[in-house]
Amino acid sequence: MVDPRISVINERLSRTRRIIAVSSGKGGVGKSMVATTLALTLARNGCRVGLFDLDFTSPSTHIILNAPKVQLKEEKGIVPPKVLGLEYMSLVYFVGDNPAPLRGADVSNALIELLSVTRWGTLDFLVIDMPPGIGDAVLDLVRLIKRIEFLIVTTPSLLAFETVRKQVNLLCELKLPVIGVVENMKMDKTSGVQVETEKLGVRYLGSIPFDPQVEDAIGNETKLMSTTVGKVIQEVGKNAILAEARDQ
Amino acid sequence: MHEWALAEAILTAAKELAEKEKMKEVTEVTVKVGELQQVDRSILRFAITQMQPPLFKNAKFRILKAGTTLRCRVCGTVWRFNSKKVDKETAEAIHFVPEVAHSYIKCPKCGSPDFEIVSGRGVWLESVKGAK
Repeated sequence: MVDPRISVINERLSRTRRIIAVSSGKGGVGKSMVATTLALTLARNGCRVGLFDLDFTSPSTHIILNAPKVQLKEEKGIVPPKVLGLEYMSLVYFVGDNPAPLRGADVSNALIELLSVTRWGTLDFLVIDMPPGIGDAVLDLVRLIKRIEFLIVTTPSLLAFETVRKQVNLLCELKLPVIGVVENMKMDKTSGVQVETEKLGVRYLGSIPFDPQVEDAIGNETKLMSTTVGKVIQEVGKNAILAEARDQ
Repeated sequence: MHEWALAEAILTAAKELAEKEKMKEVTEVTVKVGELQQVDRSILRFAITQMQPPLFKNAKFRILKAGTTLRCRVCGTVWRFNSKKVDKETAEAIHFVPEVAHSYIKCPKCGSPDFEIVSGRGVWLESVKGAK
């Protein structure tokens, strides 16, 4: 018995130049916000970008983007709809407002199904909003997508950073590229996360000061890109991703 | 049209297997289609015939249907999925991603969405036979 879906995943992603998984050790650190603003930044710089929300149990990028409900277009698979210039895919297109109470094996199956059925166009970047932690989805993506790179989001909290430390160690053991760590919701000038990140041998990409305006910017692209998250991620996108892409 | 994506996946996987076994010609491919995914077998068969590479030109494609059994993890109730009991929109969502059944289907006895798809989830390549 062979699962035929696995064989076609690489073909589905063959027209995507780089795949960036935005991850975190814990939930609630602003990973979806970073993934969304990163995707929008890359698109605003003239790149062809896809955003893939794989946080199945708590998807939120559709709210950040204010993505309209649409009838998905089928063309020998599913063509991701365009939202604010991004090719966009999320499980919310299939579950609507209902919860998706999925166990590990179900997460894996849903992930494989969406990877095998979604027909991304020619993309410079596919940004993936990952579920938090190092569970099934991370292990599946590492198994199925050989070219995946990770961008990790943390907060200044020791609790959040400890999980990041484990995540970075795992990714390094697996010899997977880590673009760097972004520190979100920073409320003082301490440099603890930067020091600890650099001790791990990973690039510290920058810090995002806590911005109470972010909540009000959800669903509004212009406001969102004017928040501290938007501004810092635009710099991270230019300096750590686009600059490297130009150098290659 | 989802059937075309599945047909492509089936042919890619079958070709990989045939090449691994050093087959010069594939004579028979058996595919199992779980009821939960509600794949239209006639469209799937048509898509396969339209896309099949030369290695499969004389192959017979057996596309078998498998019933779907669900088991509640809370109370242990076992029941069969019946595609006729779900509305069109739900059926379409489950067709694309069978796991979203957990968002729409509940245990008929205790109402829990925490059930296991015991059998008949999606599409499986059962066997590839051929001449070496």
